[in-house]
Amino acid sequence: MLHLRVAEPMRECEYSQISTRSSTPMETPYKKRTPKRRKWQAFPGRNKFYCNGRIMMARQTGVFYLTLVLILVTSGLFFAFDCPFLSLQLTPAIPVIGGVLFVFVLGTLFRTSFSDPGVLPRATPDEAADLERQIDVANGSSSGYRPPPRTREVVINGQTVKLKYCFTCKIFRPPRASHCSLCDNCVERFDHHCPWVGNCVGKRNYRFFYMFILSLSCLTIFIFAFVITHVILRSHRYGFLNTLKDSPASVLEVVVCFFSVWSIVGLSGFHTYLISSNQTTNEDIKGSWSSKRGKGNYNPYSYGNIFTNCCAALCGPLPPSLIDRRGFVQSDTPHPIPPTNGTTMYGSTQSQSHMMCSGEEPVQDLSCCHTPAAE
Amino acid sequence: MAETHNLQDLRHQAAVASKVYVQRDYNSGTICRFQTKFPSELESRVDRQQFEETMQTLNNLYAEAEKIGGKSYLEGCLACMTAYTIFLCMETHYEKVLKKIARFIKEQNEKIYAPLGLLLTDPIERGLRVVEITIFEDRSIGSGR
Repeated sequence: MLHLRVAEPMRECEYSQISTRSSTPMETPYKKRTPKRRKWQAFPGRNKFYCNGRIMMARQTGVFYLTLVLILVTSGLFFAFDCPFLSLQLTPAIPVIGGVLFVFVLGTLFRTSFSDPGVLPRATPDEAADLERQIDVANGSSSGYRPPPRTREVVINGQTVKLKYCFTCKIFRPPRASHCSLCDNCVERFDHHCPWVGNCVGKRNYRFFYMFILSLSCLTIFIFAFVITHVILRSHRYGFLNTLKDSPASVLEVVVCFFSVWSIVGLSGFHTYLISSNQTTNEDIKGSWSSKRGKGNYNPYSYGNIFTNCCAALCGPLPPSLIDRRGFVQSDTPHPIPPTNGTTMYGSTQSQSHMMCSGEEPVQDLSCCHTPAAE
Repeated sequence: MAETHNLQDLRHQAAVASKVYVQRDYNSGTICRFQTKFPSELESRVDRQQFEETMQTLNNLYAEAEKIGGKSYLEGCLACMTAYTIFLCMETHYEKVLKKIARFIKEQNEKIYAPLGLLLTDPIERGLRVVEITIFEDRSIGSGR
């Protein structure tokens, strides 16, 4: 039997069921079965989340992986090529100390990179509207054109500090907070955005960042010193060229450590100064509290002495995350009803009851809401 | 029936009339503190002194959470030494106080504010930016409460 078949690609026949039910959410007779979304899935900033919201990083993470590779490779080579010789010739404490430092460095790096730096959640629409009203009243202007930059002045410890309004987050930024343009978030006590750790450095992860660069300085100096020691000791015995042949990795390690030491130790020193004077990188760069700005200009956040400043920055209470990444997105919260429109009122009360009536009869009409609770 | 007003009943019967926001007070620096100034919209609803007392207690609780002293240093040092893994088993001091604050707000709502048709929202749900006070229009029909 001749079966003429046109050689066209077989298309899968897909049948979609035509829904006989009305698709409007408010009219559906069944409880709306929207899958519960976690708040990180609806997060407005430019961040990446992993492990179902447990890990939070900036969008560009390429340089972070470079940091990780550099640390892992250099340390790995040290443990593989230099430590066997050193532990035999000198003491086995060398790889042990190196190991402890290495683990500490990685621990603080991950803690800095993966945690919430202190992001301020954006204002809810009601809050934003309320603020706008207050500002309009204060300015005496009507909507239609963009009013001049909104600021509020506040006196902290004798210094006048200007609080700026953030147009993206629709809030007045707390003192020391700043908006990170890379992550598109307002961050509390914003220090800087660090591409090497792939995250902003702010109130919640500054101490981890500092401990990371401090321990990394120690690790870099440690590796540098002991690789040089290794090369020298071995050269005494077997000659320099033989040493290079037996342990070629040492050269790589020395080069990496040499170039890293300057920048990392320098950075540690800089941040030690910042911590002791209780300033952020942001404030230091802008010269906010510099005496050059004026005679009476001083840092209102400093506790007065270096020791207290250091303790407060490193051992103070760890504030919780304000963005609740793993919480579930609530269905509509009750909104204030506009004067008359019955439909809108239905909308808000219906969603209220939807929140409250979980597991009960699905709400169809107003009468259900208005029945006095029988309990 | 229960003496304390059931919040669920309130939501069933009432509709939201408006919301009042109490902003943060930054005059003492970056610590968490809310303005104690009495909002004019609540004039007719609640006693001024009662409201100010609630706000003052709230501010005191936040101050307790952020207090820097011997105990917090000890916690910080212990945490650092255990590479912060200790927080897998125990809560930070701040988190403990936040739970206390949540209980306080719930209690205040049930005992004082709900009978007046108001609802205080825990500031942590608004990122510690504002204390949101929802004013309900009392629309109970039938056997009104």
